[in-house]
Amino acid sequence: MPRRILHLFAHPALDRSRVNRPLAEAVKGMDGVTHVDLYARYPDFNVDVPLEQAQLVEADVIVFQHPFFWYSSPALLKEWQDLVLEHGFAYGDGGTALAGKALWTVTTTGGVAEAYCAGGHNCFTMEEFLRPFQQTAGLCGMRYLPPFVVHGSHRLDAAGIAAHADRLRAAVARVADPATDLARLEDWEPSAGGRSGVAR
Amino acid sequence: MIAAVVAGGGAAGALQSAFVYLAAAVLMVPVAKRLGLGSVLGYLVAGVLIGPAALDLVGDAAQVMGFAEFGVVVMLFLIGLELQPRVLWTMRKDVLGLGGLQVAVTAGLVFGIATALGLAWREAVAVGLILALSSTAIALQSLAEKGLSDAPAGRRSFAVLLFQDIAVIPILALLPLLATASGDGAEAAAESAISGLPAYQQALAVLGAIALVIAGGKLLIGPMLRVIAATHLRELFVAAALLIVVGISLAMGLVGLSPALGTFLAGVVLADSEYRHELEGDLEPFKGLLLGLFFITVGASIDFGLVADMPLAIVGLVLGLMALKALVLQGLGLAWGVRAPARATLSLILAQAGEFGFVLVATSLSLGIFAGETGQLLVVVIALSMALTPLALVFDDRVLQPRLARVENECMGEAEAPPAGRRAPVLVAGFRRYGQTAGRLLMANGFDVTVLDLDPSVVSVLRDHGLPVYFGDATRAELLESAGAEHVEVLVVATSEPARSLEIVESVRRHFPKIRIVSRAYDTRHAHALRGAGVDRTVCDVNGGGLALGRAALEELGFHPYRAERAVRRFRRHEDETQAMLFEAYGDAGRTTRVARSRTLDLGRLLEADVEDDSLVRDGAWSTTLEAQAARD
Repeated sequence: MPRRILHLFAHPALDRSRVNRPLAEAVKGMDGVTHVDLYARYPDFNVDVPLEQAQLVEADVIVFQHPFFWYSSPALLKEWQDLVLEHGFAYGDGGTALAGKALWTVTTTGGVAEAYCAGGHNCFTMEEFLRPFQQTAGLCGMRYLPPFVVHGSHRLDAAGIAAHADRLRAAVARVADPATDLARLEDWEPSAGGRSGVAR
Repeated sequence: MIAAVVAGGGAAGALQSAFVYLAAAVLMVPVAKRLGLGSVLGYLVAGVLIGPAALDLVGDAAQVMGFAEFGVVVMLFLIGLELQPRVLWTMRKDVLGLGGLQVAVTAGLVFGIATALGLAWREAVAVGLILALSSTAIALQSLAEKGLSDAPAGRRSFAVLLFQDIAVIPILALLPLLATASGDGAEAAAESAISGLPAYQQALAVLGAIALVIAGGKLLIGPMLRVIAATHLRELFVAAALLIVVGISLAMGLVGLSPALGTFLAGVVLADSEYRHELEGDLEPFKGLLLGLFFITVGASIDFGLVADMPLAIVGLVLGLMALKALVLQGLGLAWGVRAPARATLSLILAQAGEFGFVLVATSLSLGIFAGETGQLLVVVIALSMALTPLALVFDDRVLQPRLARVENECMGEAEAPPAGRRAPVLVAGFRRYGQTAGRLLMANGFDVTVLDLDPSVVSVLRDHGLPVYFGDATRAELLESAGAEHVEVLVVATSEPARSLEIVESVRRHFPKIRIVSRAYDTRHAHALRGAGVDRTVCDVNGGGLALGRAALEELGFHPYRAERAVRRFRRHEDETQAMLFEAYGDAGRTTRVARSRTLDLGRLLEADVEDDSLVRDGAWSTTLEAQAARD
């Protein structure tokens, strides 16, 4: 039995997405993957909390896939966190529904990898920027998997995008494989050629 | 036996009569409405039932009728209130031209026929004038019920009726001149206080009375209402409203004018007053009740004995009269450029003789213009023609209108029907405010849209604005085909009439099963019917506008705007879920009721819970304080 993966995808303007969309399409339909387009499900931001919580309970791995907006997620995914990860459900008294599951960020940035370091254009590393997600997982008793990051999305050509899509499929297949020890995941295969979005 | 008991005089008798009239109305009107025949016919049938021809439960219907005619007076006051003087001024061409010609031509033709039938010319003139008038009460009530008051047919009908009501004055003045020299009758007619005066003084008195009403309305009634409103006694205001109407009626009667005309004028004068809506609200129930009573008395006063004596002659006269009046209106409508469908309604809605006819017959009889038999016959013909009007309108609705719309389509074929070979992916049916908003949104997003609407005036106005709007009936497969239905991906049904949108959906589903349909739904029941008929998505009227309105009210009640928004979302989710559950239970009345009841309770609990504890409604994220979190963690 593969691990059940809940793929929560948040992109507010899918029609203009060059990279995220092919990445999401690559994951959609994979064995064990439940794909949710959050902006399609909640165009009015009216998040259905019971529905979302029920889906979370059924999953082993929760994926947040989104473009990296202002060093964080698009607004709906934040709204989703604010509403769904309730006290008593995700954390706090009796909040153990997510304990033992895994949280995994898949994101794309416009800036190149070199920009994300001390002294770089963005001053901090991706690891530092993603701390809120990491600690969200921590508070909920979840394992935080190494993020899958695609940098320099503006510069990618079709071949580059396709390469990242393949890489993501491989990564998802690895996570879904029950034989994979999630605790020992440290790195993702760099893509052939292009700059990899690898968490170190 | 029963009749004797009911007719027994005194206060008890009045109560019993009231009971009979009210019971007849309460029983018959819903039946008539249910059958789609309109309330007027219901009242008339109720009248026939309690009248001498059937159960014979009411003693003297004629006496009650005199009282009930006051309903017409109140109605005209209310109509006047709706018409600001400048609106009235814009109608002058229709009132004087269309109305004037209708009365003149109809009276002339009736005069000719009556003469041919062997009446003396004096009689024939009186009969012509009497029968030229139509029934304001029936016509306006029917128009309002059909929602046509503001449609072309409704506005034109009103113009004609207005002229007729004004014409009653000169007709009443004319009748004494027709009286034969047999002095007795003429003496008997001396009912108004001024009829003894010379003609020029009479004219002065009439003008004076009208001036008095206008000046009084401006200078007297306004301040009076202000004082009364300041007492904050609602019933006193109602009393004042009735006093205005009764007072003007009496004053008009004094100078021999039509009370209806007088109150109409007073209404127009008060149309700009700040108390207009208050007056309308207070008088509306009186109007409704009295008009209903009036229709009942018309039904009860039909002399079926006379009908039984000469059935063919009476049927011939009634149908002949209605055909003649309808034809005259057809001709005039044509000359006035009224389109065929509206013209048909206009013709049929004014084809009867009217309640003023009863008054004029009584006056003519007392003046000795014609014999009692002729008078009886006229009363029967007038009453029957009034009773037939609702049926004529059903005929118009069910038979004439669909056909005329089709013919109209073909006439407009070249000019305004969609050109063959359109390949727009979106078809919008119905382009009033609702459809326009949806259609413009689609156009603004670059979609080619074909719009169909059935109202020629809407079509031509929007075409002038450069919008791709075409005249056409979206239920017709061949028209849809020529509008490029095989290229249409989505049909937007935005018509305001629930029955019509269902027809459109059924037709499109049958002929073009691949088109996805989104439809405006009037209410839950309609939404279910539409979904059952194959609509992919329904959007309920109340969801958008109603909720936005409710949110505005919540904000005014002190809700933070975003709290109001959240309340709206929560409510909408609950509504949507309920809709889904009700749709599953659709058709099973018992289950539907159970679902509806339990969901109402749910909502009550949900909203109550929200007041006390947010977490119960799954919306608690924002309410937990940092301290509370820290303590729990």
